[in-house]
Amino acid sequence: MTENAEKIIEMINVTREYFDTVAVENMNLYIRKGEFVTLLGPSGCGKTTTLRMIAGFEMPTSGKIFLNGKDITHLPPYLRPVNTVFQRYALFPHMNVFDNIAYGLRQKRVAVTYRDEKGREFTRLEKLSHDEIAKKVEKALKMVELEGFERRAIHTLSGGQQQRVAIARAIVNEPQILLLDEPLGALDLKMRKEMQFELKQMHRKLGITFIYVTHDQEEALTMSDTVVVMNDGVIQQIGTPEDIYNQPKNVFVANFIGESNIFSGTMVGKLKVKFAGATFDCVDDFPKNEKVDVVVRPEDIILTEEGEGQLSGKVIDSIFKGIHYEMTVIAGKTEILVQSTQEWPVGSFVGIKVDPENIHIMKKEFYENKFDGYITKRNTVVFGDGEYECDVTQLYPGSTLDDDGYLVLEGGERIDLTDNDVKVTVGLKDIDLADGEEGGGAVGEIISCIYKGDHYQVIVRTRENEEDYVVDTDYLWNEGDIVSVSIDKSKIKMKLKEEAKGKK
Amino acid sequence: MKLRFSRSQLCIPYALFLALFVVLPLVIVFYFALTDKSGNFSLANFSRFFFDPALISTMIVSMAIGAAATIICLLLGYPVAYILARSGWHRKNVLLLLLVMPMWINFVLRINALKEFMQLIGILGKYNFLNTVLGMVYDFLPFMILPLYTTLIKIDKSLLEASADLGATPSTTFLSVTLPLSTPGILSGITMVFMPTMTVYVISDALGLGHVVILGKQIEHYFGSGDNWNMGSTIALVLLLVIFASTFLSNRFKDEESEEKGRALW
Repeated sequence: MTENAEKIIEMINVTREYFDTVAVENMNLYIRKGEFVTLLGPSGCGKTTTLRMIAGFEMPTSGKIFLNGKDITHLPPYLRPVNTVFQRYALFPHMNVFDNIAYGLRQKRVAVTYRDEKGREFTRLEKLSHDEIAKKVEKALKMVELEGFERRAIHTLSGGQQQRVAIARAIVNEPQILLLDEPLGALDLKMRKEMQFELKQMHRKLGITFIYVTHDQEEALTMSDTVVVMNDGVIQQIGTPEDIYNQPKNVFVANFIGESNIFSGTMVGKLKVKFAGATFDCVDDFPKNEKVDVVVRPEDIILTEEGEGQLSGKVIDSIFKGIHYEMTVIAGKTEILVQSTQEWPVGSFVGIKVDPENIHIMKKEFYENKFDGYITKRNTVVFGDGEYECDVTQLYPGSTLDDDGYLVLEGGERIDLTDNDVKVTVGLKDIDLADGEEGGGAVGEIISCIYKGDHYQVIVRTRENEEDYVVDTDYLWNEGDIVSVSIDKSKIKMKLKEEAKGKK
Repeated sequence: MKLRFSRSQLCIPYALFLALFVVLPLVIVFYFALTDKSGNFSLANFSRFFFDPALISTMIVSMAIGAAATIICLLLGYPVAYILARSGWHRKNVLLLLLVMPMWINFVLRINALKEFMQLIGILGKYNFLNTVLGMVYDFLPFMILPLYTTLIKIDKSLLEASADLGATPSTTFLSVTLPLSTPGILSGITMVFMPTMTVYVISDALGLGHVVILGKQIEHYFGSGDNWNMGSTIALVLLLVIFASTFLSNRFKDEESEEKGRALW
């Protein structure tokens, strides 16, 4: 794709909120003319909302959208030169194939210039003629290889054929941008591969901009010029498929695109990182002692004879996957996923080697949980949608609790801390999760669970105010599980935001 | 011994019910319609029906009232159903309930209340035909709204988005997508309203003060004070044929309009 092609779509600070959730948050994105751009992310990441805002079905809560430099933020969909292929096709059931495809053409008015008797020119908006429409429909049907299907009723078509009609119905209008909302989601694998290829070809032939939404990372990597990875309404990374795969910007991208080993590591020197119990050379420069996340692709891990390489381990599992073997190696406490064309039998001891350029280091996203809270009663605190018992004596060094539960300062002064605002920090390992809604402070849903070599990093999001708890745990949780959060009294660290109000 | 029923045995009670309360009465109606007072076969009742100006005019009045009430119900009901189905308002079920609730209150009571009201505003007795139609509309509006609402709410919203996406203005979208896709609901609504409006003489008696006579009233007359079961049965049979004919017509229409099966609601 030419780097200097002009921008066809530009989104500036676009936010879309629903009643209580933010679907897209402060998005800045531009798309170049003729590009095949894929919005990729898990369900609920805001990719479809983004597409729907470009189509005009939804209006941003704030921010602006430009098309060819013209503000289209509040333009209704029928005035936009874009067409959509819908997820479930949305073909009109009461019309046959021809009428479905001709629908857009019949709405079209073209300016025709005439000359009257006195030689003056004037233009009139006219409908396309029957012949023109028929010709265009025929061409579109040919493009999707459905010649002769004109008179067929929609419900007599297979899923794949309906998909083609939906594509024909959109491209027949010669839109500037074709929007595709998970168009292949309902097709079986073989059909999907075929359509991927055909869509790519169509993109080449038509030369228009394609904006494609999918949650399938393989689809995104094979088809796109540019991939936009989204999560939680926020763009995580924009880049070519190669960039996204080889240089993931953060743990989310690394985990979502392809398979990854993600380790918690520490920088131990210039271009030296320690993880999984060994020190490796690396190419990413981070300050010494910085806590980092380390990503290594399974195919970048080289197994050698025991004693060679930076680490040694034992193969505990091996699966044949066609082109390669997928092996799990345990080194100390750390499990490492390895893909190799050479099999090492289960039980064998191996050396583990990683080349410096294959070690991707990224700044650690979460060290600890920070919340704003307030003291309730005498020694409980509310934060993150939960109420927890805490130790208030930490707020004043040397203080004690008296028999009534009041805080007594070193000098003998009694104070009531109720309603004082505090800043709360809790370590990642200090949070316990339990199944179900009972028995904890806050209740939330697991929204992510990422394996980090020797533990899982789980994010729990509460329903009430969408507060996030980041938890390092030994147990695997499933996304969507409802859990309750409990924290040991001694692990809740608090700081008063201001001098206690209730002194007395 | 364990009791076992085959599937066909299970339907015996229903078959008995149908035989006793549907087939037998029909046979009796046919019998009376096709015989004279002394029990001999005769088509005289039919010829009388079609040549008696009073009966024919009753038939015309009935159909006129039915048609007027149906059209008004459709014109009033469609916008209501449309707004209800399209609004994102999450309490719309409450509104729907309020609209449908009159159906659950005894209609004789409602009609008499309406009669009192008409008396109060001074139109009772002045416009008998119009008042009867008004009563019918008042009584049968929910039967129009409900099937319309159920069809409209089932229309996939992405179809409307697709229409807009393809360049259709909101009014074109309504005319070429929403309206055709809601024809099953329109037809169900029409059937639900038109058929009963030809026979509910309680309404015409109360609001037309007896000056508006519809077919239902005639049937009542012949079975009651008129003491001519043969003629009463004949009218009932003619009405049945009219209903059959209209259902048949609307079903054919339905098949042509919507290729999707199983959309009929009532």
